[in-house]
Amino acid sequence: MSAALLLGGLGLGASGSLAGAVLPARSRGPAAAVLTAGACMAAFAAAVRVLASGGTVTVRSAQILPLTGVTLSLDPLGAVFVITAAVVGAAAGCYAAGYAARGGGSRTATALLPLFITSLLLVPTAASIATFMAAWELMALTSLLLLLTGHRRREARDAAQWYAVMTHAGAAAILLAFVLIGAHAGGESFAAIEAHAAGVPPAVRSLAFVLALAGFGSKAGMVPLHVWLPRAHPEAPSPVSALMSGAMVNLGVYGIVRTGDGLLRGGELWWWLAVAGLGVASALFGGIHAAASADLKRLLAYSTVDNMGLVLIGAGAAGALAVTGHRELAALAMIAALFQLVSHSAFKGCLFLAAGSVQRAAGTRDLDSLGGLLRRLPVTATLFGIGALSICALPPFSGFAGEWLLLQGFLRGFSAHGAATATALLAGVAALALTGGLTVAAFVKAFGIGFLGQPRTPGAAAAGETGPAMVAGTALLAVPCLVLGVIPGAVVPLLARAAGTALGGTPPEPLRAGAGLAITGSADVIQPALLAAVLLGGLVLAWGLVRLRAGTAARRGYRARRADAWGCGRELQTARMQYTATSFAEPLQRVFDDVLRPDRDLDVSHLAESRYFEQAITYRSRIDDAVERGWYRPLTVLIQRWGEVARRAQNGSMHRYLGYGFAALIVLLVVLA
Amino acid sequence: MSASLLAMAGVSVIQLGAAVTGGPLLYGFMAKVRARAEGRAGAPVRQPLLDLRKLAAKERIHASHSSAVLPLAPLVLIAATAAAIVIAPLISTRPALGRTSDAFVIVFLLLLGSVAVALGGLDAGTAFGGMGASRAMTIGALAEPALLVAVLALSIQAGTSNLPGIVSATLAHPGWAASPERVLALAALVIVVFAEAGRIPVDNPSTHLELTMIHEAMILEYAGPELALVTLGEAMRLGLLLSLLANLFFPWGIAATASIPRLALGLAVLGAKTAAIAGVIAIVEVSAAKLRLFRVPEILSAAFVLSVLAVVTGLVMP
Repeated sequence: MSAALLLGGLGLGASGSLAGAVLPARSRGPAAAVLTAGACMAAFAAAVRVLASGGTVTVRSAQILPLTGVTLSLDPLGAVFVITAAVVGAAAGCYAAGYAARGGGSRTATALLPLFITSLLLVPTAASIATFMAAWELMALTSLLLLLTGHRRREARDAAQWYAVMTHAGAAAILLAFVLIGAHAGGESFAAIEAHAAGVPPAVRSLAFVLALAGFGSKAGMVPLHVWLPRAHPEAPSPVSALMSGAMVNLGVYGIVRTGDGLLRGGELWWWLAVAGLGVASALFGGIHAAASADLKRLLAYSTVDNMGLVLIGAGAAGALAVTGHRELAALAMIAALFQLVSHSAFKGCLFLAAGSVQRAAGTRDLDSLGGLLRRLPVTATLFGIGALSICALPPFSGFAGEWLLLQGFLRGFSAHGAATATALLAGVAALALTGGLTVAAFVKAFGIGFLGQPRTPGAAAAGETGPAMVAGTALLAVPCLVLGVIPGAVVPLLARAAGTALGGTPPEPLRAGAGLAITGSADVIQPALLAAVLLGGLVLAWGLVRLRAGTAARRGYRARRADAWGCGRELQTARMQYTATSFAEPLQRVFDDVLRPDRDLDVSHLAESRYFEQAITYRSRIDDAVERGWYRPLTVLIQRWGEVARRAQNGSMHRYLGYGFAALIVLLVVLA
Repeated sequence: MSASLLAMAGVSVIQLGAAVTGGPLLYGFMAKVRARAEGRAGAPVRQPLLDLRKLAAKERIHASHSSAVLPLAPLVLIAATAAAIVIAPLISTRPALGRTSDAFVIVFLLLLGSVAVALGGLDAGTAFGGMGASRAMTIGALAEPALLVAVLALSIQAGTSNLPGIVSATLAHPGWAASPERVLALAALVIVVFAEAGRIPVDNPSTHLELTMIHEAMILEYAGPELALVTLGEAMRLGLLLSLLANLFFPWGIAATASIPRLALGLAVLGAKTAAIAGVIAIVEVSAAKLRLFRVPEILSAAFVLSVLAVVTGLVMP
């Protein structure tokens, strides 16, 4: 049954792509959306069945790929990733139908989106090297082509170039890692590799893990391999941004966990300390950039780097604890990492889709040009608000439960004695705490500047809701933000099963999940549903008190009078006087000057008559990625230089090429003789 | 069973009532101490309560460009603070829902209140509101990690992050109160309380110059009943912060059983402890000058380092 559902899902996805390619313009959008939704629902059902029963579904076919055949296998670990991809995929598919109807979808885009979603469902089910690499490349190529549908803009072309290079370098590293393991384990399917992993020499295992970490880490946005992410996510069409951030980056984490914990059976302590350390760097770097960014989608992209960093810290801590023999603590950390990952998919997908609606409605995603959108796009703004509250880890939304689980993982993890693990946990705690504050600042800025106050441009003033399909797609992802937050106990047992698969064997249950969450063997309990009820009660009570007392002195009743805001004595107040996102972030930018290294330019010109009178002041401030500028620019310059040298050797002259051929022949003869 | 449930609910109601009246009284007490230290007579201690009553009866006025967030923000602040007060161990170690009274829940409920006020400040679309929200969020973003890590240090020592559990464990192990990790965490938390409560040297609550305001700039557009709610919410928050500071580091006097004399004693002791801390804060305010905004991150990072040191000390000194 699960196998049929899984294959049916993949088939529906492929037919959605076909429908998008061949149907006429009017019907291809809805047809592709319906088929994609069907694909996602079927895959979702299959994955839930696997998670609920704890078994594994395997499908093999020798006909599809030559030599190796195709092996698909859905186990509880993969099922978690299939579920996130399916939910974000269904929402993005629905959103895309509305997006295309308003002139955002070419035939190429409509045909490729279902294929991209299908590849996202396929990667976590692939169970042999050839199948995995085929699915991985399908995902990379479809997302690259979708990114290139915006090829008329220079930024999109640049982003696509960065993405293409990074994703293919990553794929090469992954392939090399798999080939190394496969050759030594003497098998091509993941099951065979797992069975013979113990026989692989330690040096080969470590080399393979480092290669896999680089390849998968770049997909997960791990610093310093994240540079493509803040370029590609903002430039992609909005449903694709949501899929990239909500589903595709997850698969990088999946790859690291599958390779390290699964195929290589745990490995060495330093692997996992490296994962956690890189997670700390990613979380801090992403958090600081998100807090400083004034571009809505770039802010979201950096926040993805931040959140994936937190997930990597959790996965790294789980790996380290498992290697040192603390299976129960490892399971808790892995559950926390998976919960954070699932909840990130929901809120980041929701935020990216809402940001896409804003961009469509106001014509820009620059926060400094937005404002006052809560009154113009009330539903989209509310959905963005739910996502923002969730990402800020405020109770009773999903981010809070994730953060609490991570904190509990760290708190318990300290009881595992070992200086290296404790240091990693301490760094993880510090990163979690610091990014928590920065995320709140970033999203108060995003919501407060973008949606509150007065519109800063005519485009923002004229904005309106973007249609039911786009709103419904966004709302579909706002629901899990609330559900996961209020009743986290509903999904934690399923995640515990996935964590068990990841770490091998069945570890003891570290969590009791009922109405709330409780850590086994301690007094630590949260009951978010109860907390939500208390909060709601307090809200109603306070409102009732205001309602009762307000206006009794003036006998004016409850209705509020409107009056001008305080202007410090000035009569005229314009929208330009409001704080902008750049000015909002300025204090934090100053605090983290050493990391951000903004590029500032202040130009003051004076009147010719006197230096004391200024004629014009021009101020320009730009924040580039310091990693990109410091590490990648020299590399690209080097490659460019090499290209110029090579060009000098190839000047197009026929005589010279004949000379090269002759010289090569002589050298060959000398060598052979 | 039902009798003890009733007793726990009673504890929570008393705590809430104590915070609603006690928070504003703490404001009044601090103003009184300041006035006396400066050689003035000062307003009566109950003045903030009278002000609240006056404000609550006035008409509601909203800024012309504001949305529903402006009136909603004070309600969220009150609800979040009240929820924290209901479940926290203030006068008794057994408040209602005390089992779920996790230290991290309290931290994030306080954060929810700050976020609501900052959004309320941005809602009117003025320069001052944005300025206040930006500064408050900068300080909050740097105070938050210190708070979280300090709470974690206490949780590691007690082996639980359940607040009544931490308080009871301290009562059972009196030596903990003087342990190095407690002292370091206390130092970090004191700095955080100054920042979160918006007192000198971080913020000057009685300033009249918009350009130097932080919290006052955010609530500049509030008037009448909504201003009363924000002020009450901030007062309750101050009461909660000071009570937690007192109970985590000096829990003696807190009621461990739900008998009426013990609860009365707990309430009286809590009042004395918070008044003592408030008095110290008022003296600091009189004798210190407000820091430049860009010096504030320095003391907050010092708080963060202290809290990390508290965790490290707890790990290396069993």
